[in-house]
Amino acid sequence: MRVAIVKYNAGNIRSVAYALNRLGIEPEISDDPEVLKSVDKVIFPGVGEASTAMHYLKKDGLDKLLPTLVQPVLGICLGLQLMCTHSEENNTDCLNIFPVQVKKFPVQGNIKVPQIGWNTIHDLKSPLFKGLSENAFMYFVHSYYAEQNPYAIATTDYIFPYTSAIHKDNFYAVQFHAEKSGEVGSQIIENFIRL
Amino acid sequence: MLTKRIIPCLDVKDGKTVKGVNFENLRDAGDPVELGALYSQQGADELVFLDITATLEKRGTLVELVRKVAANINIPFTIGGGISSIEDVSACLNAGADKVSINSSAVKNPALIDSLAKEFGSQCIVVAIDTRHHQGIDLVHTHGGTKATSIQTIPWAIEVQERGAGEILLTSMDHDGTKAGFANVLTSAISRRLQIPIIASGGAGNMQHFVDVFTQGAADAALAASIFHFKEIEIPVLKHWLSKEGIAIRI
Repeated sequence: MRVAIVKYNAGNIRSVAYALNRLGIEPEISDDPEVLKSVDKVIFPGVGEASTAMHYLKKDGLDKLLPTLVQPVLGICLGLQLMCTHSEENNTDCLNIFPVQVKKFPVQGNIKVPQIGWNTIHDLKSPLFKGLSENAFMYFVHSYYAEQNPYAIATTDYIFPYTSAIHKDNFYAVQFHAEKSGEVGSQIIENFIRL
Repeated sequence: MLTKRIIPCLDVKDGKTVKGVNFENLRDAGDPVELGALYSQQGADELVFLDITATLEKRGTLVELVRKVAANINIPFTIGGGISSIEDVSACLNAGADKVSINSSAVKNPALIDSLAKEFGSQCIVVAIDTRHHQGIDLVHTHGGTKATSIQTIPWAIEVQERGAGEILLTSMDHDGTKAGFANVLTSAISRRLQIPIIASGGAGNMQHFVDVFTQGAADAALAASIFHFKEIEIPVLKHWLSKEGIAIRI
């Protein structure tokens, strides 16, 4: 089993690599198109700001490559947002794998933005969540979210219900940090590896 | 529903946990990674590692600690202690830290917050504020709470949010070590005024104090050290009790 982590300026690459190590997998951290096309699974992590991340992806031509991958691909956190069409964060055009808009959580009342901490996922419908129970806790850190959409395989409530995981063809993405969500998060990564 | 967070804090010097710990079931009670892993198994929501090693090779010891923690623990953690530059932060994040905490260096050079938030994103920049009540006003202190500044705490909290901090770790020096409860009035005043989450620290002595800091104090997270290290309060017991008291908590 060859697993690649897409190498760009994302901050959590090392955390994702360690999560795979704990499953006995030594990932290839790469921005080489030949490597990314030839491995069995690709993980597309992300932490940080959308326009800066897109800038780095474009610089290496990864913005063109990623949507053409045919093996299972898993986006994490900002990775999910970048796989959508457009993000309100600095008005950024993204990879357009999912025809979904990414918006900023509204500031209202005493609700904090960013959402930071453990929240639950429900309406689970994907082999990605095999072995998980409804309302499993996951670790989230984000100010932007994907609106509810037809590709949803998990939903989370913060201010309102939003889509916290999506799936279309060979592309999967989760808003939460599976690599930091304890044993349950580890199960999701293992499920992805076994797809 | 987003839950309130319980965060044990480990002070680390030269690779060992200091301030004392009391866990017979650990092979080496001084190993911060082993202690952190135990807290993680017990249901801690995050961990904070504060490296108080004072050496010229500071960055090297920080990075070494981060690497060990990240390889062994699968919940989020923050690293702090003498972080003062983009290079320090970059080294810690690349080694696997989820967040970094800055304190004295932010007071000395507030523009550091802006540049770190721009470079790495607000989500990983925690600004720690040590505060002490002095002649009727709350003043920011630096260097582990030993040096007073003339900066008032609430305006400083607002400023660090505006500069791009993702969270504030608020430690009341007046309450720290007293075990008489958190600084709920000040914590609430800051939490209700800001949009970013507030981690309250200093003063935890019993389980009711945690209820109070989440309700009266409007804190998003509560941090404590010695009560966990000396098993005066065990995390699973605390979390079940908080849940029973109606606090949203991850069990």
